[in-house]
Amino acid sequence: MASAAFEDIVDTFDFLDDWEDRYRHVIELGRAMPPLDGVFRVPATKVDGCASQVWLLPKIAGNTFDFQGESDAMIVRGLIAILHALYSGLTLEQVLAVDAGSEFARLGLTDHLSAQRSNGLRAMIERIRNLAAEASA
Amino acid sequence: MYDVDAVRRDFPILGRQVNDRALVYLDNGASAQKPQSVIDAVTRAYGEEYSNVHRGLHTLSSIATENYEAVRGKIAAFLGATENQIVMNSGTTEGINTVAYSWAMPRMEAGDEIVLSIMEHHANIVPWYFLRERQGVELKWVETAADGSLDPQAVIDAIGPKTKLVAVTHLSNVTGTVVDVKAITAAAHERGVPVLVDGSQAAVHMPVDVTDIDCDFYAITGHKLYGPSASGAIFIKSERMAEMRPFMGGGDMIREVHRDSVTWNDPPMKFEAGTPGIVQQIGLGAALDYITALGMENVAAHEASLRDYANERLHGLNWLTVQGNAPGKAAIFSFTLDGAAHAHDISTILDKRGVAVRAGHHCAQPLMQHLGVTATARASFGLYNTKAEVDVLIDALELCHELLA
Repeated sequence: MASAAFEDIVDTFDFLDDWEDRYRHVIELGRAMPPLDGVFRVPATKVDGCASQVWLLPKIAGNTFDFQGESDAMIVRGLIAILHALYSGLTLEQVLAVDAGSEFARLGLTDHLSAQRSNGLRAMIERIRNLAAEASA
Repeated sequence: MYDVDAVRRDFPILGRQVNDRALVYLDNGASAQKPQSVIDAVTRAYGEEYSNVHRGLHTLSSIATENYEAVRGKIAAFLGATENQIVMNSGTTEGINTVAYSWAMPRMEAGDEIVLSIMEHHANIVPWYFLRERQGVELKWVETAADGSLDPQAVIDAIGPKTKLVAVTHLSNVTGTVVDVKAITAAAHERGVPVLVDGSQAAVHMPVDVTDIDCDFYAITGHKLYGPSASGAIFIKSERMAEMRPFMGGGDMIREVHRDSVTWNDPPMKFEAGTPGIVQQIGLGAALDYITALGMENVAAHEASLRDYANERLHGLNWLTVQGNAPGKAAIFSFTLDGAAHAHDISTILDKRGVAVRAGHHCAQPLMQHLGVTATARASFGLYNTKAEVDVLIDALELCHELLA
């Protein structure tokens, strides 16, 4: 169900035994993600419920879902990059069919994320699903 | 001789692991851990000696009342006050709100001023902000110097003919800066202005004598003092207490209630409406016994040596900036890493190493704006921390630098 880009991340994580290397990789994924232009960091794109600041800008063309994200925290930025790998290029219906919790569990990351951060992750996933649901309505 | 290893054995939680590492608890500024004697006192209060207080004539009620009221005396002794000057409550936030509603609200008019420092905790800002909204009281802010210190003269200079109150912290929860509240109080009193001191942090780290300071109000927080959450007190000078009208009505604070009239209980009970945090206060009493047995001077000396060691080690990291380095500061260090690392990133990685710190604005957003930062990570030390824990912190920060720089 998941995209090839996400499966690549899963493969990489399978090689990484300890949490330091996993965090290092999450941070690297965040660094590699293009920044979101400041003009799009506005209340409409801001995701509440995250310990740090997070913005998600939808980029939906026809039935194809994509988005760009940003955060002022590097670990969260990496999580956004992983969400991007998970969701970008899917149809709107596929976005709604993804079980993000179990996909993240495949990365062994959920238990490495603090409660507040997990909440942030949930808030981001919720926003993505809402964006897809609104666009397909 | 202060035996920190023995002290640590008194705190059961310090023996646990976090993320497969020994816990290094450096979030004491937010809340401190509890010694076994406090946990035992709470258990005993519920398990053997529980009833409501000030009410019944039965045996348990009188035991619970005695235990609860004994804490008032312990708090008074701890602060150098007398029992009838101590209003017991849930902590500094409630204490300052009591002063705002019971003392300040009835006597302040539009244009009257309250002088505050920029490093106040939100608990010593928002109650005054309500007065600003409600009745046009003006807030006058005094800024800190570059090293985080607060010049008492700057506070004194801010006092004008319309100033009705000076409200300052004794010790900043962000920078650890200690404020000369005695000098401020003396000068404010010369100008006829009462002084409220937020002692939420100071009472934890240094001996406090409110009679020596001569301030009018001094608020403390039990859970930072190794006591239960929602315990605390405020010292109120007798003259000020006589000027206060109760703002929270209910049981315990009254003498008689009729259809058309109510008479108040005597102060300080007049300001303690409803069933109080009986067991919380009893736990606080046990915490004060514990600290007193260690000796606050000894605790302060131990923490000063931790401060000096942490200071030296943190300043050895040339990619890390500590906010505030005022002379005589407490062992509280707020810092940022150079580059894009966010305080939440730092906190997450430190947590993986078992190190608990606070990340965020520390309920002091005006100070954060003044410092030009949105968030910092904060390591705040307590009476059970060790130099070895400073080393664990430094190692974990080096990992943060490696991962995040």
